[in-house]
Amino acid sequence: MKIIKLLTGICIFFLSYTSNSFSLIEVDITRGNLNPLPIAVSPLSQNNKTKKIFQNKLNLDDLGLEISKVIENNLKQSGLFNPLSKDAFLQKPDIAHLKPRFEDWSLIKAQALITGKVLIENDKLKVEFRLWDVLAAREMLALSFTTVPNNWRRVGHIITDKVYERLTGEKGYFDTRIIYVSEEGPKTQRVKKLAIMDQDGFNIKYLTLGNELVLTPRFNPTNQMVTYLSYFRNLPRVYLLDIETGIQEVVGDFPGMTFAPRFSPDGKKIIMSFAKDGNSDIYTMDIENRIVERITNHPSIDTSPSYSPNGKHITFNSDRSGYQQIYVMKSDGSNVKRISFGKGIYGTPVWSPRGDLIAFTKLHKGKFYIGVMRTDGKGERLLTENFYQEAPSWAPNGRVIIFYRETKTNKEGEGFSAKLWSIDLTGYNERLVETETDASDPSWSSLLSN
Amino acid sequence: MYRSLFISSGFHVGIIILSILAFPFIAKKPIDVLPVISVELIEIGKLTNIPFAPKAKKIIEKIKKKNEKLASEQAPPKKIKKEKNKKVNLDENKEIKKLASKKTPTPENKIKKIKKEKLESVALPDKKKKNIKLKEEKKQKPSKEIKKDKNLKKNIKKIKPSVEETKVKQVSEFEKKELFDLNNIAALIDKSKEDFGETNKKLNKISQSQDSSMDSSKLTLSEEDALKAQIFGCWSIPLGLPYNEDLLVRIKLKLRPDGTLIKTEILDHARMNMPGQGFFRVLAESALRAIQLCQPLKVPTSGYERWKDLQLNFDAREMLGG
Repeated sequence: MKIIKLLTGICIFFLSYTSNSFSLIEVDITRGNLNPLPIAVSPLSQNNKTKKIFQNKLNLDDLGLEISKVIENNLKQSGLFNPLSKDAFLQKPDIAHLKPRFEDWSLIKAQALITGKVLIENDKLKVEFRLWDVLAAREMLALSFTTVPNNWRRVGHIITDKVYERLTGEKGYFDTRIIYVSEEGPKTQRVKKLAIMDQDGFNIKYLTLGNELVLTPRFNPTNQMVTYLSYFRNLPRVYLLDIETGIQEVVGDFPGMTFAPRFSPDGKKIIMSFAKDGNSDIYTMDIENRIVERITNHPSIDTSPSYSPNGKHITFNSDRSGYQQIYVMKSDGSNVKRISFGKGIYGTPVWSPRGDLIAFTKLHKGKFYIGVMRTDGKGERLLTENFYQEAPSWAPNGRVIIFYRETKTNKEGEGFSAKLWSIDLTGYNERLVETETDASDPSWSSLLSN
Repeated sequence: MYRSLFISSGFHVGIIILSILAFPFIAKKPIDVLPVISVELIEIGKLTNIPFAPKAKKIIEKIKKKNEKLASEQAPPKKIKKEKNKKVNLDENKEIKKLASKKTPTPENKIKKIKKEKLESVALPDKKKKNIKLKEEKKQKPSKEIKKDKNLKKNIKKIKPSVEETKVKQVSEFEKKELFDLNNIAALIDKSKEDFGETNKKLNKISQSQDSSMDSSKLTLSEEDALKAQIFGCWSIPLGLPYNEDLLVRIKLKLRPDGTLIKTEILDHARMNMPGQGFFRVLAESALRAIQLCQPLKVPTSGYERWKDLQLNFDAREMLGG
């Protein structure tokens, strides 16, 4: 009996002891600040010999500094990072690249640090870089790139992509290009040329001379092909252009006008609108074998088609309900469903590369909006509002949208301008994308390094 | 002529008898309206200890015989008991509906109804009226307050039995007082006050004991708020994270008494290096940065043993999805 009592006592004591010893206080942290992450981008170090070589080759005083500026600018434009002023840096770039004094960097409130080194090997540019976690005092990433010296800006973009991916968890969008329509001259006599540039506005090149009107250029997601609308024998027709070779051709032999072209996700098809006798329907054409397939067959105007990233669905706008609204259907044209039900007119739907959202332009009470909604039409969010803006195009990571915005003219017809703008999904980071001339109809390429 | 008259009257009488038998409420007098009071007592009875009720019934009957005044005060409860039994048996739902529809009885209402009763036609002295008023008020207030204080009931369920206990006391004492000395109602009131005070004390004791037991396993709200507020300021949420994924990072901390870190440990550390868990790694690293940035953490000045091991659960969905 005594033994049983003793054992019971021991059990009770043990249970109470264990329950006390394992009671861990838990605190739920559900809020934080949305401030951009403070990051220090140290100039990439280089020795004097390398410095001189690049001065001669590229006409740049300090290539390491220039690359770090490219990275810094990219990070700042993303809205997620706050690059700290280089004037506050306490450690020299070459020493920092070997082993940073984390106390010095945390003193200036940096939470991440980028260091690097520029070398020349066999007349090629070699760039090493390291990403450091200042607070944890450890290296997060270390990579090296080799390329031709003239390609130094792209190295900066690739480094930014890697840093962005490491710190945010999603792929970057900096090593990309944007194709757009460059516009010059008065509003009534605009000269429109096809132009291409890096996503940060550098390395602009004009692809057409401006003799013909060009509209709605779109990148092929898999290679450097572009499709766009231009005029052939005074009829708007869809063209295909190879950026690397400069060869262009008319897509298909349609007995009417074709417009609003876009590539399929695998880059093998072009989806577009074909209008005849006042009716417009959606067609696809296989680029290789030129087989044309009709997707919609409705007496209304169906246009602006865009594939989902898996190629199984298509979104487009149609006025079949009386007003222009956004619809989704299967890629064979079946199971058409209207997804926009808000007030106003909806158009130019574009499926996000992530597949979760559809960007669109909305006209309501005389104002134009760029917004996003889920693919079932729910969760509509208007990101930006203005006098006139349209043609959203997604960055390859599905986080940023580029579009163009026009300004009002005064009574004399002056003051008109068209500029490219970008906005992220939060709706807070809206930025002007600098271009040499006025610009419209932008289209974002996929990552060049893919 | 007379025959038909007799037959007619016979039929009429028969119908009347039948209707009385079939509809018993016809025979009853309007005095049955009194259930207003009974409803209230039923409610109290539910909370109090029922075994006391039959005893009280007998006592009240005795009092009724001895003293008309006393009977006038005790009669309603007696009838109430009867009504209670009947109605509960017939239809509980109806009873509940009545409960809801009828006004909350007040001492004034009670006095009005007492006046209505023929038995209680004897006028009560003013002083006694006042006493009754006082008595009722004092007796009702604690129960009402406790009833009204829903939060108290909800938050501290354990308190409820204690309330019941005190009410049991009140009932039993009420009965005793009524029995032995009606003139000492004032004293009874004082006692009830004391009882209520005791109830409060008990409540406090219970809550304090609960608090002390909580203290051993949790931070107080103010301590937790201070810590949260500090970390909110330090945590830069990675804005690129998807809000619809299950991203919860649990970090176990070992702290020094001054709030500085001895050790941090990510509880799902295996996910950090798993393919396709890039977002988790990013969130975990941002959480670690926040902890590093915040140290020394704002921990309580005492009870180190209690919080030397802490677990912080970082969840950004509310912020990103909001």
